[in-house]
Amino acid sequence: MRIRTAALALVGLLSTGACAAGTGPVVPSSAPGASTSAPLAGTVTVFAAASLTGTFTELGHAFEAAHPGTTVRFSFAGSSSLAQQILAGAPVDVFAAASTATMSLVTDAASTGRATPAVFARNRLEIAVPAGNPGHVTGLADLARPELRIALCAPQVPCGAAADAVFAAAGLTPAPDTLEQDVKAVLTKVELGEVDAGLVYRTDVIAGGDAVQGIEFPQSAAAVTEDPIVVLPDAPHPEAAQAFVDLVRSPHGRAVLSAAGFEVG
Amino acid sequence: MTRAGSAPVRRVPGTGVPPLLLLPAALGLAFLVLPVVAVLVRTPWSALPHQLARPEVLESLRLSLVSAVLATVICLLLGVPLAWVLARGELRGRSLVRALVTVPLVLPPVVGGVALLLLLGRRGVVGQYLDAWFGISLPFSTAAVVIAEAFVAMPFLVISVEGALRAADRRYDDAAATLGASRWLTFRRVTLPLVAPGVTAGAALSFARALGEFGATITFAGNFPGVTRTMPLSVYLALETDPDAAIVLSVVLLAVSVVVLAALRGRWLSGVRR
Repeated sequence: MRIRTAALALVGLLSTGACAAGTGPVVPSSAPGASTSAPLAGTVTVFAAASLTGTFTELGHAFEAAHPGTTVRFSFAGSSSLAQQILAGAPVDVFAAASTATMSLVTDAASTGRATPAVFARNRLEIAVPAGNPGHVTGLADLARPELRIALCAPQVPCGAAADAVFAAAGLTPAPDTLEQDVKAVLTKVELGEVDAGLVYRTDVIAGGDAVQGIEFPQSAAAVTEDPIVVLPDAPHPEAAQAFVDLVRSPHGRAVLSAAGFEVG
Repeated sequence: MTRAGSAPVRRVPGTGVPPLLLLPAALGLAFLVLPVVAVLVRTPWSALPHQLARPEVLESLRLSLVSAVLATVICLLLGVPLAWVLARGELRGRSLVRALVTVPLVLPPVVGGVALLLLLGRRGVVGQYLDAWFGISLPFSTAAVVIAEAFVAMPFLVISVEGALRAADRRYDDAAATLGASRWLTFRRVTLPLVAPGVTAGAALSFARALGEFGATITFAGNFPGVTRTMPLSVYLALETDPDAAIVLSVVLLAVSVVVLAALRGRWLSGVRR
């Protein structure tokens, strides 16, 4: 009896906390210097695929500079995890996924038809090897050599699905030693030299700097991934969210993405 | 745990739990129990048999149990002597050693996994020599799972056993020594039986911790079916695409943990409860 009352009290406490955190009021900003249209304010919450960490962080700073009074808050993780969090009710304004299939998990479930994702960048897989290429990897066929240490993404996440597609296109059966939860985990294992090769996005090879070398392979054309972005139907701050999406698709956004190795346009 | 042999508590009127403590205690209980209840409420029970029959589920359950048992054995073999040294040894800087021993308790498990990788990985501080001299490479192997689990679980054992040793009456050891028993014989036949409940409690905690290990395992050992993919990793991966499967796997892991803890408590720990 007493325990049940306490339980209800606790549930009430937690849910009010969650609401307060989720729906901050959108107060029109009177800050000078905000760009042409109506001034924006508030915190834009962006869930983005791990592969977008570098570019979106940069664009977030640019957005905050262009719209004083706004804050862009990111959660970078595997797209599938993020999709599940959104489906579970996380208060999110913008979702950028690493595959259209993952995006459709969210948009198919949305009650209204307002969410129309737009592809803003394309990415393709590349073989990443540690500096010096200790395993003497030259192409995709080497990833089927059992004596090499290989890290791939798990098939449940987009980079793993893309890996499956390129191996299928090449008629190869890979010999992975670990199936990581997201592409950055694969990159880390390559950077540390714990594996001889991993299959990551071209953008990750560039982000890896000197610690990794990239090897392009022709079969990567079989699984060019498309990164879609959407303002979610129940976004707490829809105007600011749309402005962020516009920035990503603007010439500035495209330049940032292109420099990181994405294919845009 | 350390009250073994103390006099039974007599209730005096006006003592007992102050009513002011009851509400926070109930809240605390609810906070710990309700999430588990939520799992049970949302479990698709009809899907349970189907999920349990899947070979990859059985594979990861078997791997989880085997590696947790092995990790517990390592904890016992290394942790009991460590606890003895901490409790009884004439060691300078003992409080520092004790602090170091408990670091894995507070360390985020992922950090623990990174640390293990940097020590024992193929290019690790020690691992590079293991690889070069003996051809031993630990990451991505079941051995790495056991190591990661033992790393996070051992502090539980050391703390339990050390507490038991401190509480145990040293005069029995002294008596054994006076009667001519060697130190090793005294440890084996007198000290160890005295602290057996503490050792068992520590082993049970270590096993439960090892069974639930996620962060250090996925970082150090990786994730491959049948080799390194334990139940917690299966749960996380299933959550990516099939939340129902993840819930069912969670229930299985929950059931195994509860059964293990309940069995150990009923069997060996009843003597130390009061």
